[in-house]
Amino acid sequence: MPWPRTRRARRALTGYFFISPFIFGFFLFFVGPALVAAWLTMFDWNMIRPPFFIGLGNFKKMFADDLFYQSLKVTAYFSLVSVPVGLVLSFFLALLMNFKTRSIAVFRTIYYLPSIVPAVANAVLWSFVLNTEFGLLNALLDAIGLPKIAWLQEPEWAMPAIILMSLWALGATMVIYLAGLQGIPQSLYEAAEIDGAGRWASLVNVTIPLMSPVIFFNLIIGIIGSFQIFTAGFLITGGGPQHATLFYVLYIYRNGLQYFDMGYASLLAWVLFFLIFALTLLVFKYVGRYVYYEDVGS
Amino acid sequence: MSASTPTTPTQLLDNERFWRIFVWTVLLVGACVMFLPFLWLMSSSLKTELAIFRYPPEWIPNPPQFSNYVDAWTTRPFAIYVRNTLVILLLNEVAVLVSASFCAYGFARIDFPGRNVWFAILLATVMLPGIVTMIPQFVIFSRIGWVNTILPLTVPFFFGGGAFNIFLLRQFFRTLPAELADAAYIDGASEITIYWRIMLPLAKPALATIAIFTFIGTWNDFMGPLLYLAKDPNKFTVALGLAMFRTAFAGRTRWDLLMAASTMMIIPVIFVFFVAQRYFIQGIAISGLKG
Repeated sequence: MPWPRTRRARRALTGYFFISPFIFGFFLFFVGPALVAAWLTMFDWNMIRPPFFIGLGNFKKMFADDLFYQSLKVTAYFSLVSVPVGLVLSFFLALLMNFKTRSIAVFRTIYYLPSIVPAVANAVLWSFVLNTEFGLLNALLDAIGLPKIAWLQEPEWAMPAIILMSLWALGATMVIYLAGLQGIPQSLYEAAEIDGAGRWASLVNVTIPLMSPVIFFNLIIGIIGSFQIFTAGFLITGGGPQHATLFYVLYIYRNGLQYFDMGYASLLAWVLFFLIFALTLLVFKYVGRYVYYEDVGS
Repeated sequence: MSASTPTTPTQLLDNERFWRIFVWTVLLVGACVMFLPFLWLMSSSLKTELAIFRYPPEWIPNPPQFSNYVDAWTTRPFAIYVRNTLVILLLNEVAVLVSASFCAYGFARIDFPGRNVWFAILLATVMLPGIVTMIPQFVIFSRIGWVNTILPLTVPFFFGGGAFNIFLLRQFFRTLPAELADAAYIDGASEITIYWRIMLPLAKPALATIAIFTFIGTWNDFMGPLLYLAKDPNKFTVALGLAMFRTAFAGRTRWDLLMAASTMMIIPVIFVFFVAQRYFIQGIAISGLKG
């Protein structure tokens, strides 16, 4: 290839040279696999026998598959409860912490630490915390006179238990709020106070509008993250009891790496992709309009 | 202004005394709740197998059973797991730091046609769940014989080092003044020289941030090792080793040893957090706010 003569063309070449690792990676590890998956959705293949073309067979199987619906329901349940509760709770804590500026570092550390605990260690710890006979949670319930709960054996209690466990890690969201809160200029609060606004009024009229981009960011990240929950279901409950914690990704994993039904697992993966994509678009469309952006255009 | 007796909830919030008590109570109670599982973990890790099953539970094990840690460490070859994890970690750190900063430099400092399109794609891949490509990647990697090797867990990082890391470094590079490079341009330095000699040394704080995130990510990763290394116990990472350790004692769960092993897995993460707290906070600020 001749070395480009114009300065502009040389810049372009240099630019693409610098981002080329990303471009290659994007095609090799994202576009490529996604296309392979799309192709596999039309086959029955267990990785040993040659792939057998079944057309829309996997689609038919999916629409008739009770566990597919169950895993969607389970994941939606988890997402619908853990995301809003986590967002509100972590926002509330960040608000309180933001007022106590001197002790903020200590509190921030204590609240943040659970969120960096490795998922496997977390799962092992919480299987013991949730243990019916000797677990921490039931010991606490017992101490205040409440009956013990078979958290991991009762289908209706397993999900609340996993949600509780996921809320332990809300510090990750909280510190993002905290960083946002500290970026709000003090002068705005002073102006609000001069106008006679109390704490509640300045929360509603100053803090929440200015924080809305951060809240929105956390909402999107929260939704996407909640759809990917795997380790807790895999290690603590094994999807049970009675499929009560059969998370979608766990179901993909089972079809792909336990039953080696690669065509079906690929289809499930594509469905997850479209679900998350559609959900993100919907959230952008219907929630995004409430987001307040300062100095747009700069 | 808070002289009158508060009557409505909003007036109550503006009452300085009430407010302070409220904030302190909520934060302190919350902190206890957050810390309790850690306390439970440490306490249980020092109990005898018998004391674990005593009810109501004792918080201070008497006497503390420090041998749990030795037993947990030696029942399964955790030293090998640590070594395996460190090999993957080292490769990933090199890959991420070089590759992500290289791409980030292109996105941040060079103006070229199509840059915005590629940047939009980059942002989209930050949002896209990696889980979606899990199955086809497994198919491809097993076709080329990469299953049971660490290649699937390391090689992808040499291609851009993760979209999020590129994004983070790009934000940082953009904050550096353009004049820094001008003198070098006049001297006829190439972009590579400017990237390597001028920009990279200045980006040390941002590089430290992504190095720490990479450490946490690699150390904590479970799905990757589960897919690619689960067949050969000699290749287990710490996360995989701990997951398999749950079922190491036929028919009975040794909570005492499990808690000790979990504690050992958590300690490096917490240690790194305390040493590098500044970079954590910085990374959070960049990722959450300037996006």
